[in-house]
Amino acid sequence: MTNITDWTLEPRMREFELGDYIGAAPRWCPSCGNHTVLKCLQKLCKDLNLPPEKTVVVSGIGCSSRLPHHMGTYGFHSLHGRALPVACGIRARRPDLSIFVVTGDGDCCAIGAGHWLHALRYNMKMTVLLLDNNIYGLTKKQTSPTTPAHTRTNTHPNGAPLDPVNPIATAISMTNASFVAQCVDWLPEHLYNTLLRAQSHPGLSFIRIRQRCPHFMKGHLDAFINDTDKLQLLTDPNGVATGSLTQTYKTVSHDPTDIALATKISRQTDPIPLGLIYLNESAVRYDEFTQKGIITSEEEKLSAIEAELDKFAIT
Amino acid sequence: MPVSLCDGLQTNCRRKTVSQHIIEFVSDAGEGAQTAGQCLGTISAKMGNGIWTVEIIPAEVEPPRRSRAGASGNRVRIGSGRITNAGDQADLVIAFNEQVLYSRFDVGAIREGTLILLDDKWAESDDEHIRNEFHDAVEDFKSRKADLRFIPIEAETKKIIRDPRHGKNIWALGLVCALYDRDLSLAEIEIAKKFAKKSQEIVDTNLRLLHAGYDWALANTDIRFSIPAEPSDVPKIVVNGNIALALGIMSAGIEVCSMYPITPATSISHYLAEAFPKMGCIVHQSEDEISAIGFAIGASFAGKTPVTITSGPGLALKNEFLALAVMAELPIVVIVVQRGGPSTGLPTRVEQGDLLSALYAQPGDAPKIVLAPSTHEECFHFVITARKLAETFRTPVILLSDANLATGQQPIPRPTPRASWFEPPIDLSDWDETVPPFAWDPETGLSQRPIPGQKNGHYVVTGLAHDTYGHVAYESSINENAMRARSRKLATLQHALKPPVVHGDPNGGDLLVVGWGSPRGAIEEAVDTLRAQNINVSSVTLKFLSPFEPGLKELFAKYKRVLCIEINYSDPPSFGDARRYSQLCTILRAHTLCDIDCWSHVPGIPLTPNDIEQAILDHLAHA
Repeated sequence: MTNITDWTLEPRMREFELGDYIGAAPRWCPSCGNHTVLKCLQKLCKDLNLPPEKTVVVSGIGCSSRLPHHMGTYGFHSLHGRALPVACGIRARRPDLSIFVVTGDGDCCAIGAGHWLHALRYNMKMTVLLLDNNIYGLTKKQTSPTTPAHTRTNTHPNGAPLDPVNPIATAISMTNASFVAQCVDWLPEHLYNTLLRAQSHPGLSFIRIRQRCPHFMKGHLDAFINDTDKLQLLTDPNGVATGSLTQTYKTVSHDPTDIALATKISRQTDPIPLGLIYLNESAVRYDEFTQKGIITSEEEKLSAIEAELDKFAIT
Repeated sequence: MPVSLCDGLQTNCRRKTVSQHIIEFVSDAGEGAQTAGQCLGTISAKMGNGIWTVEIIPAEVEPPRRSRAGASGNRVRIGSGRITNAGDQADLVIAFNEQVLYSRFDVGAIREGTLILLDDKWAESDDEHIRNEFHDAVEDFKSRKADLRFIPIEAETKKIIRDPRHGKNIWALGLVCALYDRDLSLAEIEIAKKFAKKSQEIVDTNLRLLHAGYDWALANTDIRFSIPAEPSDVPKIVVNGNIALALGIMSAGIEVCSMYPITPATSISHYLAEAFPKMGCIVHQSEDEISAIGFAIGASFAGKTPVTITSGPGLALKNEFLALAVMAELPIVVIVVQRGGPSTGLPTRVEQGDLLSALYAQPGDAPKIVLAPSTHEECFHFVITARKLAETFRTPVILLSDANLATGQQPIPRPTPRASWFEPPIDLSDWDETVPPFAWDPETGLSQRPIPGQKNGHYVVTGLAHDTYGHVAYESSINENAMRARSRKLATLQHALKPPVVHGDPNGGDLLVVGWGSPRGAIEEAVDTLRAQNINVSSVTLKFLSPFEPGLKELFAKYKRVLCIEINYSDPPSFGDARRYSQLCTILRAHTLCDIDCWSHVPGIPLTPNDIEQAILDHLAHA
């Protein structure tokens, strides 16, 4: 399990404070789950002493995707559904950066679904946070891919006709996915521990966060909030630290490296399984491919080009 | 029908000297006529001849045999001096069957008197339908007054190899080498290179085929040409436009090529995928066109100016990201190898139909730099220019090539790459925190960008309207100021450009032809021919399409008439007010307020010098 206590006796050259990671003040609705995620991320950066200039938060479009503006780091607020291609491109030649991706249920599971699955397969080192509030918020209450069936929305006034996408089950089923975890916005300690656990993962960690939307989905997760039996903490030496939460919530021992077990748990929606559901630390990392040859001298490059030109030379 | 073209040994035939000839190989797909043509091109270039090759490509990988649509092959124009285009009709066509030969008649590639060497094995086919088809076709060809002769391509090939489909091409190459006095040792080198990845046995078999075709031709034909070469004093390479672009990408020091397969751009990445890793660089094949540019934009944000390559349909998918790159001021190079459109259109054929979409198809006003190479040399050098422009002006740069440049081979002076062409290493020194990330210079619109890793430089890239700090801003004045800054960059670049160079008489005349991209060679050849007949016509090729090179209005004013010639659709003048002009013509009219006319077509094949001459003469006649 990850332990953040720094036992090295070297003094840190630079010590950061929470304020170093704080950007523009958020303008999300009061009690929106996004606030929790932002705070956890800022605390994580501070606890890990990540240099702000070496940290990049990438997002798509949507309420949650405003998050980079509220960080004191580099940020990339990109296009709807397209955070992951941008993040993969940033990672391609920059092993030195810490990369976080913030996306929403519409951003990730609808317009960006293709990129989502392929980013899971690329498995480049980054932490992907799916802020899943089961609704389109910014555009005002349209059905999202994870909106429960029969929910009345502005695009389905008589109730959403289809069962929702299960992002956890979908992610696990993608070839070469390597880290799939689930959190809820009302347990910040667990969310923080999950983010922390993700930092020691070599590839792409995908964390789905079940979130409230007090404005458009009022009370839709109340049943899970009010009944502690409706959450289930997954425990494992390889998993997410559960801390004091075990006093309140039921725990289930779960080996995340067992794909069959993980697949079974991924299908479980009530109670909500929380923690690391699937882990494959030996999954191939595409960044190992893209970062080959980063340090190549100008002389080596010039001689490689000359050798190529020779192939086409006629005189 | 006689097999031999004349009786007895023909070693004493006299060679007829020609200044240039157009030779075509045409076969079913998979029979290797393209390889034969490419080899002939390279051999001739090595002998010091000017060449231009055009691939004849079917749309399918394995189309039905003996079908017009399945014709595959290569046109090779060989000349004593420099050859700048595919030329007019063919002088000699070698066809493996009569149906693929039909495809060349269909596109007007054959004139009266074109020498046609056709395999006559089909006359003896077991299949009555094939015999009849062949017989009917031969009668038809004769009525069209082609100089039709029969040769036993398959029968002779079978003496050496069991499956003639894998040997006819090199036998035919040997034959053409004899007819045109090509250096056989050079042909041997090409064959060894072509089949190097296969076995020595295959190399040896093909060498035997080459010699067999050569010997057969000397013994059985009386056709002898020579195309003397003018020696060159500069070292040269032979490349097609896509290889030139790829070598340009490498020489520009670009480290990331992000792409999704699309014809006819993909071969850039095929070559790069082999060569690029030797320089420590990567080709990223993404899951779709959108992701390909998204990945590139990410790499750019992180400090590496990348390239993404595509064609028209892919460009359409990339437009939203392209606008983000404009808005976020992230340098990227976008290479668009145009093909026929709209929609899926003509995937393997040439068209210049993406000019307006490159300029205007993005959401909102997205000013960017657009360049169009018109030669293979420019394909190489424009990538290097594009990378530097992208960084200096902090903007995407689109390079519009086309299928004609992409697949045509040409000798060009060998470039001498130097480190100064490379992208400088990422500067991760501390950022001056008093400088905002979009510190637009009020005069030039230019600003410097911080790179992740630069202390005190952190900012958030956004596609939303933003102020100089990159902060989202909806105020009118901020939006106006930002739009002005992005637009001002193009004006700044234009001030640094020179007026375009006129081919012909720069002081004026009866007509100025304006073109861009690959038709340049054919246009200039037509202009030269007409000027030799004392017709007062000149031409100019625009390299910059956004911003335009300066002085166009003044230049156009020197000529009585101005005519755009390009490969995209336009209505004839008879349409009056409803007339739609060709693409460059449309924007030049708006830009200069000159009454510019256009002559444009979408034949799916390069415009020929003859057609252009005729168009110019017609235009002058109606003046």
